[in-house]
Parts: sequence; C-alpha cells; structure tokens
Amino acid sequence: MTTTRIENESRRRFLQGAAGLTLAIYLPAATAAGGSKKAAGAAGFEPNAFLRITEDNSVTVISKHLEMGQGTYTGLATIVAEELDADWSQVRIEGAPADAKRYNNLLWGPAQGTGGSTAIANSWEQLRKAGASARAMLVATAARQWKVPPAEIVVAGGVVMHKASGRKASFGQLARAAADEIPPADVKLKDPKDFKLIGKRVPRKDGADKTTGKAVFTQDIHLPGMLTAVVAHPPRFGAKVKSYDASKARAVKGVVDVVQIPSGVAVLAKDTWSARKGRDALTVEWDESAAFKLGSEQILAQYRELAKSPGAVASQTGDADKALAGAARTLEASYDVPYLAHAAMEPMNCVVQLGKDGCEVWNGEQMQTVDQMALAKLFGLPPEKVRIHMLYAGGSFGRRANKDSDYILEAAHIAKAIDGRAPVKLVWLREDDMRAGYYRPMFHHRLWAGLDDQGRLVGWRHRLVGQSILAGSPFAALVKDGIDGASVEGATNLPYAIPNRLVELHTPTNIGVPVLWWRSVGSTHTAFSTECFIDELAQAAGKDPVAWRLSMLEQHPRHAAVLKLAADRAGWDTPLPSGKAGERRGRGVAVHESFSTYVAQVAEVTVKDDGSYRVDRVVCAVDCGIAVNPDIVRAQVEGAVGFALSTVLNGGAITLTDGRVDQSNFHDYLTVRIGDMPRVEVHIVPSAANPTGIGEPGVPPLAPAVANALAAATGKRVRKLPISADLLRA
Amino acid sequence: MITLNINGKNIRADVEPDTPLLWVLRDTLQLSGTKYGCGMALCGACTVHLNGEPVRSCSTPVSAAVGKKIVTIEGVGRDRVAKAVQDAWQRLDVVQCGYCQSGQIMSAVALLEKNRKPTDADIDGAMGGNLCRCATYVRIRAAIHEAAKSLA
Repeated sequence: MTTTRIENESRRRFLQGAAGLTLAIYLPAATAAGGSKKAAGAAGFEPNAFLRITEDNSVTVISKHLEMGQGTYTGLATIVAEELDADWSQVRIEGAPADAKRYNNLLWGPAQGTGGSTAIANSWEQLRKAGASARAMLVATAARQWKVPPAEIVVAGGVVMHKASGRKASFGQLARAAADEIPPADVKLKDPKDFKLIGKRVPRKDGADKTTGKAVFTQDIHLPGMLTAVVAHPPRFGAKVKSYDASKARAVKGVVDVVQIPSGVAVLAKDTWSARKGRDALTVEWDESAAFKLGSEQILAQYRELAKSPGAVASQTGDADKALAGAARTLEASYDVPYLAHAAMEPMNCVVQLGKDGCEVWNGEQMQTVDQMALAKLFGLPPEKVRIHMLYAGGSFGRRANKDSDYILEAAHIAKAIDGRAPVKLVWLREDDMRAGYYRPMFHHRLWAGLDDQGRLVGWRHRLVGQSILAGSPFAALVKDGIDGASVEGATNLPYAIPNRLVELHTPTNIGVPVLWWRSVGSTHTAFSTECFIDELAQAAGKDPVAWRLSMLEQHPRHAAVLKLAADRAGWDTPLPSGKAGERRGRGVAVHESFSTYVAQVAEVTVKDDGSYRVDRVVCAVDCGIAVNPDIVRAQVEGAVGFALSTVLNGGAITLTDGRVDQSNFHDYLTVRIGDMPRVEVHIVPSAANPTGIGEPGVPPLAPAVANALAAATGKRVRKLPISADLLRA
Repeated sequence: MITLNINGKNIRADVEPDTPLLWVLRDTLQLSGTKYGCGMALCGACTVHLNGEPVRSCSTPVSAAVGKKIVTIEGVGRDRVAKAVQDAWQRLDVVQCGYCQSGQIMSAVALLEKNRKPTDADIDGAMGGNLCRCATYVRIRAAIHEAAKSLA
C-alpha cells in the first residue's frame, strides 16, 4: 500500500474534516483474502476489483462510477487499458456493484458514489495500478510458462511477447493460468511519454449502443410480473395526503393496485399508460397545514431584506469595511439567480424488487452508499442485502445523487406497501420530475468594491443569501460555523489579488423548497456574480477586462493561462466585426476554477433592436491537468456551454406562486435547442498535472461571459438570470 | 386486438386504441429504444417514422398508426441513410448520456431522406423539436453534415 496526496483544491476544502487531506490509494483485491481469483462463468481471472480477463480475450473493466453522459466509463477504462497495454477493441465496461469497501470514491472517504467531477481524479492512480498490476501478473505467467526472464517480455496491443524466442500469447490465452499468480506488492507505472491511449482520441465505448437504441436505462427495465407505478404528488412542498378516493382509478383497465405512501398515492398497473390514466383518475384531498406557501417574489424580497445586514463570515482577509470606507471610489451591485430544475432527459425512475431476505434495485445509481443505507433502514435489512444494479443514467446533472434518496425511497415504499408481491418500476412523468423540487437553490448576491485613486481594487465585500444544500442531509456535518461550503464555493476562493475582502453568508431556514447540487453547484451562481462584478469594476476603472483580471492573477498562473489562451484564440485584441443594421454586437469574458479545473470563456453576442439576442460563438480554454481523453474533454465543455446557456436565455427558471411550482414541462421550462446553440471552440492547456474533473467546470464561466458580452454590446448591465430581452431594447 | 407494421413485420397487440404509440412500443412490445421524455411532443425523444415521416409517438394514438409503416430505432439501421447517420454519430462521438439520441437519429434520418445537402438552417429547422440536455448540438450538426457527405 502506498499513500498519495491528491491535489484537488476544491474537494479538499469541501472534505476538510471529513476525509482529511491524505488519502490512501490502495488496490482492492478481487477476494476478501487479498488475492486474485478465477473469474466466475467464463474462464479467466480477476486480478483485482476493477478488472476481469477471460479466455475469450476480453478485458472487462469494472467501473465504480456512473456513466451519465460524461464519458466516465470510457475514461476509466482508458486508464486501465493504458497500463495493461490492452488493445482498445478488446475492452468492455461493466458497472460495479454497491460495495463501498472495494468501490468507495477516494475523494469521498468511505462512501461510494459519483459527483463533484471526481470520477477520473480519484481513480487515476488506483486504476493505473489496477492495470499495471494485472499486466505484471500476465508477464509473470508468460515468463513461468516460457521459462524466460520477465524483464525480456514486452506487452503491446493486448499481446504478450518474448522477442528472442519468438513466443507470444494473447491475454485470453494466459488468463486461466494468471489466476494463480499473487498480485505484486508494488508496480511500476508508465512514464507519461509512453502513453498510447491516454491523451489520444479513443472512441467512446457507449457510442454504438446509444446510437442503435440498445443501451439500457432504468426506464427500459422489464422484469417478469413487474408493475409500473405512477404517483399523485402533493401540489405544494410539505403537504400530505389527507384522504383519497381510488374507485375511478381502480376501474381503469390495467390498474392492479392503489397504495398510499409517505410522498403521495401510487397507482400500480401493468403498463405505464394505464398507471398514468389511473393516477389521473384519483381524487386526493391534501393536508396543506404544514405546506410551504410562499412565491418566488416573496422569497426574493426576504433575501433582499436579509442582505441588508451582515451574515456569518465565510472568509476574511484584511479589513474590507475599512478599505471600502477609505476607497477613492466605491461600487455596489446585486445579482439574482432563480431555482433551476435538472430536467434530465430521462425523468427520475427506479426499479425495486423486494425479496424475502433482501432487495434488488435497478437505477442510474449515483450515490450507492447513501441509497443503500436508506433502503436498508427502510426495509430493516443489513446494507449488503441491498443489491444495486448501476445502469446508464439518461442525464443527471446532480439530480440522481439525491441526499435524501427521494425517488428511490418512493419506489421502495411502494414495493413495501404491496409486500414485495411484484417488482415495481416507479416512473415519474415529466411533470412529476419538474415539480419534485431538489432544485439549484435561488440566490441573492450583494457586492461592494472599493477602488483606489489608481483604479486598483483594494476592498471587496460579498454577501450571499440562499438555502443550504447540505443542512439537514447526511452531509450536514460538513456545515461548519453556519457556513455551507457548497453555498460559497467560488466566492471564498476568488483568485484575484484583493488585499481586503470579506465573504458573508445568510442561510434562511424557513424556505420549504428542497434544494440540491446542480452541475457545478455553488459556482453556478458565484461565478455569475463575481465575474460580472469584476467586469463592471474593470469598466469603472477604465481598464480592459482581460488585462485587468490578469493584473490581479499573478499568484494564480493556471487561471491566468486559460484566460490568456481563450482571449488569444478569440482574437480579443482585434475588434469584433460589426453586425448588420439594427444589430449590436459585443464580446465578454469570464474565468473560473471549480473542482480544480480552470476554464475561461469568451462569448460573442448579437443583440437586435427589440432586445432579442443570440450567442454566436464561445471560445473556451481549459486546464484539467492531463486530458485522459481530449475529445471527451472538448465534448464536455461544448455540452456545458449549452447546458449553462439554458440558464441565461428566456424561460430558464423555476418559479413559485403561493408555493406551487409554475413550470411543468418543456413548454414553460425552456432549455436550449439546436438553433440556440453557438459555435463552440475548446482549447486544452497541455499539462503534466494529475487529471481533475471535466463534467462540471465548463458551466460556471458561461453565464457571466454572456452577460458581460451583452453589456459590451448594449451598455446595459442585466444582473438577473435568466436575462430578459426586454431589458436590452435599443 | 390491432395489427401494426413495425420495422417491416406485422405485429398484433392487445391495447386500447387511445394508448400512445410510444407506450405500445415500449411496454407492450418491449421495443424500448424509443424513449419517453415529456409526453407532450415537446422533446422529440420518442420520435419514430410513420410512412417515412418523423412523428412524436408519445402524442400519436396507436389507432393512428394502424395500416402505416412504423419504423423505430431498432429497425431503421437497415436503411442506407440511417446507417450513414449512425456511423457518423459514432465517428464524431456525438452521444453523451444518450437518452435522447434515438429520437435525434430518427429526426436526422428523416431530414436526410428528403434533403441530401442540408444547410445549418435546414438542420436547425428539422432538429428543433429534439431536445438534448447534454447539449450535444454542436456534434449533431457536424454529424449530419458528415453523413450527408458520405451519402453524396
């Protein structure tokens, strides 16, 4: 066992006190006794918990992380295949079972799960060792069989060779005998200059199945005798069932049962359409005595009021109040962001089969340990009796990593209510999914800055108001001194050299809207407020937005490098070609680090006289350490640009009226369509640093870059997302 | 009992006539490559071909499909244009989560069957009803051009 420090700045802050700073990288064995073992079924061997090599010459990589679109399966398999010297065509990927002893996320301490852009970062060394260890065992097997020194054996493209004697064997031919080898105590990892797969264009492993309809998502699970459940949910958060009449629902052809569960009334039927018809035929009376009844405007008014007084101190350097009082010039601005639904294309769903001595779950499983514990508690089972099949997820963006296991427990309650008589597939219709809460929290930001007589930024006060994601969750211990790190990340670690700064937080606890992490979490709103405000200050100081930022980034070379690269490739120093008559054009920039990955973006926009606008082009520069698969890195940043643009354009908000969610489907919660999509260029900074995340970090800079571009085009600073075209009229 | 012609085969199904074609495909016939996303013809994940035209199966009652040729993602690959589209999708690694991609491909095939040299504007028009939350649109556009090139 060796011990390695994982350089992951954001996660380290997040996990301080939870997992500590030093993480043991070890290679879980295939057996409890610590050895390798013969593979069950097809003959072959399992050198460790991440790999199975069988006589049919296939190499199966066991992924402990969910594939929800980010290319995780492909990336993890690439790392193993690189050190194993496998041929990419022989590599298959299989989802790991729920077993935190072997498959914990090394950046999450003892828990198994996928999130925080950690999949590649935490697996990097572990999977390199998994591949290298298996390679060493294959070499040892060949050396033994051929009676040659192991040092004379080479491995390439899935073939083990001894040049002097001309002998060679495929992995499959050696697999059975290799199972008798003892895994080596220590292995040598490749010099990165010898990488053949890492850093190259390796095709995704899920591409073929996902273009032919063969990929299996939770929605596609069919089990013998399975019933499909559709649930009537309360119209407001916190309401409960008072009474219900199921007579009409039971009369619907195909409906088998109707049961009350803590979260509503479930109709079980032989198929989804019958269950839906049955659900719609229910009459439910709700007890709304404890329901949340405020609307978004009232919540915002409360937040604005709170922002008038100091909050809990999240971070402090120097004396911001004094610096602001003594500044030659002070500026103040406030920024607002709404609730956001994840709205993954596959609405939440889950299959639960409750047996006599355990339960089986099929799910796009993002947080195995939390869900396993929650199910074990509900069913009174030991956690290991909760078996979870991790399937592809049709998007998640954080939604399937539910801190309260909400939809999974709902499915489990239904299975329990029918005493496990049939496997249950819970299907949320789009409306259920959109109105179920667990939104990106609404936030109000208020910022003050002081410039000296040279136009230098000398004081900074940033006050945030918004609900805590972690409070009241299994991760509540991470909230320290009233500060939820997920609320202020991106604000407390603002990279600019400002001598006096203060970040404060108000965390209202009387808002009954469930909130959750949403692709890039706190940075979704902190990047918007800080990078827009910095832009306003640059303008006030009469400085170029790129040059001014760079002047304050001397201590942060990776921020500076992506900013320079994006500006350079966007042609920042050359004027933007002007638009047609009646069109105003502008260019804006933003830079932000999240999950230890650095991204800068330059956006170009065109605004018509009526205020309608489009984003024409976004130039991105990324530093995520070693890019394991540069094409997937580019794809993630392209996608992040589109995902984030949905929060800027009209209709990208969840709002409430009297506690009821106003939106229900894609006609009133608008997300980016192909015609909205800008041209996107992604430039990757070459790096020898260990890889960091890429699923999320492309999101944060987009909204501020576009807002700054719109300001450059129109002279109007819109400080509220989504950005209304009405405010940009000529 | 109704008879449907799906991917070139006649298949009998015991379903209510008002049932959306989507749920007959997915639940009754277990052709689950066609996806549910919204139920209101807003997202395009459920797109299939009805006599060669792309339709949203979530909002098409099964009775409206009787007597017509239904083609789904499971059967479309036998067609030369569809094969070119699927190949281009794989060459450019378009997919991310993949959930919407059956619908994207069905819409793209329908476009290329009618228009072998679509412009970006043609693509935006034909594909505007297909949502992708992963926002793979940059590559969808590129893959359609790529497929068009390979068919020329």
